[in-house]
Amino acid sequence: MRLSAAGIALERGGRELFRGVNFEVSAGEALIVVGPNGAGKSSLLRALAGFLTVGAGAFKLVGGDPESTLGEQAHYLGHLDGLKGALTAGENLSFWAGVLDGDTRRDSWLPALARLRLAHVADFPVRALSAGQKRRVALARLAVARRPIWLLDEPTTALDVAAQGLFAELMREHLAGGGLIVAATHAPLGLEGAKTLRLGEASPSPLSGEAWGEGSGVTLEVSSDPSSGPSGHLLPQGEKRK
Amino acid sequence: MTAALSLFLREWRIARRIGGGASIGAMFFLILITIMPFALGPDLKLLSRLGPAILWIAALLSTLLGLDRLFQSDADDGSLDGLVHAALPLELVALIKCAAHWTASALPLVIASPLFGLMLGMEGQALGLVALTLLAGTPALTMIGAIGAALTVTLRRGGLLMAVLALPLTIPVLIFGVSAASAASGGLSPFRTPFLMLCALSLLSIAGAPFAAAAAIRHVRD
Repeated sequence: MRLSAAGIALERGGRELFRGVNFEVSAGEALIVVGPNGAGKSSLLRALAGFLTVGAGAFKLVGGDPESTLGEQAHYLGHLDGLKGALTAGENLSFWAGVLDGDTRRDSWLPALARLRLAHVADFPVRALSAGQKRRVALARLAVARRPIWLLDEPTTALDVAAQGLFAELMREHLAGGGLIVAATHAPLGLEGAKTLRLGEASPSPLSGEAWGEGSGVTLEVSSDPSSGPSGHLLPQGEKRK
Repeated sequence: MTAALSLFLREWRIARRIGGGASIGAMFFLILITIMPFALGPDLKLLSRLGPAILWIAALLSTLLGLDRLFQSDADDGSLDGLVHAALPLELVALIKCAAHWTASALPLVIASPLFGLMLGMEGQALGLVALTLLAGTPALTMIGAIGAALTVTLRRGGLLMAVLALPLTIPVLIFGVSAASAASGGLSPFRTPFLMLCALSLLSIAGAPFAAAAAIRHVRD
């Protein structure tokens, strides 16, 4: 399975975010999208999931299910957790298991919750959980239904170091199983050999309106150690601690 | 099938829990019926003549009351992103959400309506038949309201706009509903014709509105 983008341009509210974005991710690979705030990382992920229409260019998925769209073969996890505060963590996950996969049995979602060390809160209402715990319940959704593509927007927000390690493990397992990941992040995720896509490298001067045109340079590079990149000063985590 | 059932169950659970709003619709219905005699005066003849219309307007308003959050609550917490790519088509998601909403908030209102009709001085047989017209007509109100809810899904204070959008579309339902209900409580017109029209309107909106609502969600969220 291979996911590629050719000449993607996106604009939001009349402002061009970027143009000419190209990348290619194959099964077992992860693409980390980095860039300053407002560079269009989240918009790129939402466009991949099919929530936004691109101004130019196209995404192509080779080797996927021809019957379903890219979005239907992907887990999209945005800034919001997609959980109902009035329901328990278990009820929330059971719902997602049912709606995404058609399997609501307790043993279909409890292992996913246990993977993120949350089995003990399964019967608590989500509104009583901390921000980090809510995030972990949301991440457990990825493991509840199998989908080959993971689109993750700042997946490790509010996670403690231990949970970041657990999640890195989950991601490595997904990649080893032939999945692929596109993640927008500021903090390193702890994935070795991930490709990096930089958006909005040259930030425009705030006074010049034209600068967005030329300035939205986009580069794609492969770095063997994501934490040695521009975000290397951020918290070490994942395999760095082993 | 499991996917549909788990969505229905989730909607039902949320509606039944504290703050879910299902019981508030019926309470609102009760309050509306209760204040009518205060506004119109204690003339029992007038009240029983206006009874069916009052019941219908109250049902219309309380159905729309809970509907504005139908899709918005899912948009606010991010679940709508997941639902768009669920194992179900978005049209079916909209239909199931409406079905759960109707069962949780409109059905109790239909069941309680004979009781409220008593407060408006309506007769025995008329009470049952008016409840029957509400049973046949409220699905159309829910489905039409769902289109409005889908169109205003991204707006913060979309509730009023949603009512403004949906209310004109409910006029046919109101006309046939009230005329069937008036016929039931001793009017001159026949009961059968407007009642069958009411059923037709409900069936039509059940068949059509999910497509309109799903298209609205897809378009508005871009």
